[in-house]
Amino acid sequence: MSEKVTSLAEAVRHFIHDGAYISFGGFTVNRQPMAVAYEIIRQRIRGLHVYMHSGGQALDPLIGAGCVRAVEIAYGANGRFAPTCVRFRKAVERGELLVEDYTNYQMTLRFLAGAMGVPFLPVRSGMGTDIVNRWGFDTQMRRRDPQLPNRKLVVLDNPFADGEPEPVVLVPAINPDVTVIHVQWADTQGTVRIAGLTFADVEQARAARHVIVTCEELVEPEVLRAEPDRNQLPFFIVDAVVHVPYGAHPTACYGFYDYDAQHLNAYRALAADDERFAAYLDEYVYGVNDHAEYLEKIDTEALERIRAVPPFGYAPGLARG
Amino acid sequence: METYTARELMAIVAAREIHDGEIVFCGTGLPLLAAMAAERIHAPGAIIFFETGAVDPDLREIPLTVADPRVMYGASLNAGLAAAFAIMQNRFLGPKVVGILGAAQVDRYGNLNSTCIGDYSRPVVRFPGSGGACDVGSFVGRTIVFIRHEKRRFVERLDYLTTPGYLDGPGGRERAGYKHGGPACVISDMALLRFDEASKEMYLDRYYPGTAPEEVQAHTGFPLDISRAAPLDPPTAQELRILREEVDPQRLILR
Repeated sequence: MSEKVTSLAEAVRHFIHDGAYISFGGFTVNRQPMAVAYEIIRQRIRGLHVYMHSGGQALDPLIGAGCVRAVEIAYGANGRFAPTCVRFRKAVERGELLVEDYTNYQMTLRFLAGAMGVPFLPVRSGMGTDIVNRWGFDTQMRRRDPQLPNRKLVVLDNPFADGEPEPVVLVPAINPDVTVIHVQWADTQGTVRIAGLTFADVEQARAARHVIVTCEELVEPEVLRAEPDRNQLPFFIVDAVVHVPYGAHPTACYGFYDYDAQHLNAYRALAADDERFAAYLDEYVYGVNDHAEYLEKIDTEALERIRAVPPFGYAPGLARG
Repeated sequence: METYTARELMAIVAAREIHDGEIVFCGTGLPLLAAMAAERIHAPGAIIFFETGAVDPDLREIPLTVADPRVMYGASLNAGLAAAFAIMQNRFLGPKVVGILGAAQVDRYGNLNSTCIGDYSRPVVRFPGSGGACDVGSFVGRTIVFIRHEKRRFVERLDYLTTPGYLDGPGGRERAGYKHGGPACVISDMALLRFDEASKEMYLDRYYPGTAPEEVQAHTGFPLDISRAAPLDPPTAQELRILREEVDPQRLILR
């Protein structure tokens, strides 16, 4: 077994520290690295600076548990399961969380720029809007923090064109200390295979100094090497591989399980109340030692109901109301 | 006389705006119902795609978010965000895309707010933010906007401009650097509104059964040209049947 294969607790302890600049893969209710998010909460890590495009279920309990100081995001919602993520909304309205808003494409390009090793990339979205005009972090905060670019977004005329000015928006690169993704398959060396949509996981992982991968199935390298066309990440950028079945629960993992609609709806209701939210964390996060114990708290019938059915990759007929 | 809910009517009004063969950028909720209904009623060649990177999936069940595993099954391509937004920003493809967006506030030029109410640094109400909305409103050929018709939503001045419409009026988009695009219409629970060719200001095009132009104006926070207003053709039995029986039989969105 390679030295990269480790436990959830060890991976988080080793790579995620107080004040870390961290990005989470997945999208709203799909392949959110929930097991890592819960472990961060359990280890009571504080002061995180989080980068996401559509930050959904993983971000919300982290904010609610007080682990997050600032976020740079495009979206904080979970579709039908939370029109706006509940603890995110509360924290912003209470002035407890610093937020800087971008668009989904801008965030994707910021990760891509970081992955490419260039300081910025151009995009044609947001000119004339408050996404460009309103900053979430002021000049002082930017000056104090060497991780932050000294400006939010810059509008520049295309230097290659003559004649009429052709404005584009420059988005600054992001290079997180660590990116966390949850995937279907990883091998013991760290090669990664994602089924279904990859979202921006590949760009997020490539941009980071360190990468933690949790996976549904941990396999030997020859399994993934038999079909390299289906793999997304080279093993040498991955620092830790953790085998965590149902590691995205209650969000979905295409081909393995659907989202747990009942749990997500219950979460939204509990998260709306400070005391009930604290009780939720006590029950599902602080009250257990690891993700296996968390799963013991989830009704086995619920896990059976969300099991993905081939060839659909989700659970047809699942009650989702 | 058919009976129907406001949500059913809004979905059908939006479906009628989607043309056969168009590439439809879809969010979830009502926009998705509209696209799926259009595909089944009059636009069998419409192609649904999602910002998450799924192109033309086999939607056997209604997805509840754009990252729902239901958008991945039977798709022509499962890519990612970088590829999806590049399609819309692409100069050849972008003009062929129609985007459907929702918002918390809209102004007379069709600019949208989906970020916050109150001051951005300490908002009274925080909403999810742009997601891909600002990108879509920046890139694609035309957009369709869904919003509930209330005075506090149809406002003189947005609390935060998330997604560009016609910005400050005629020539606004061009000056800011946009090549094309802008909102084609706004669909509320009272009316269908469009934008004047010359002034780029919103006007009342069709009011729904049970409302009147003056009532629409009374629920709008800025002066509305109602001189061109006509009653909307009510939904047909066939439109309602397809929406209810084929598109959302579980009533996950219609509720």
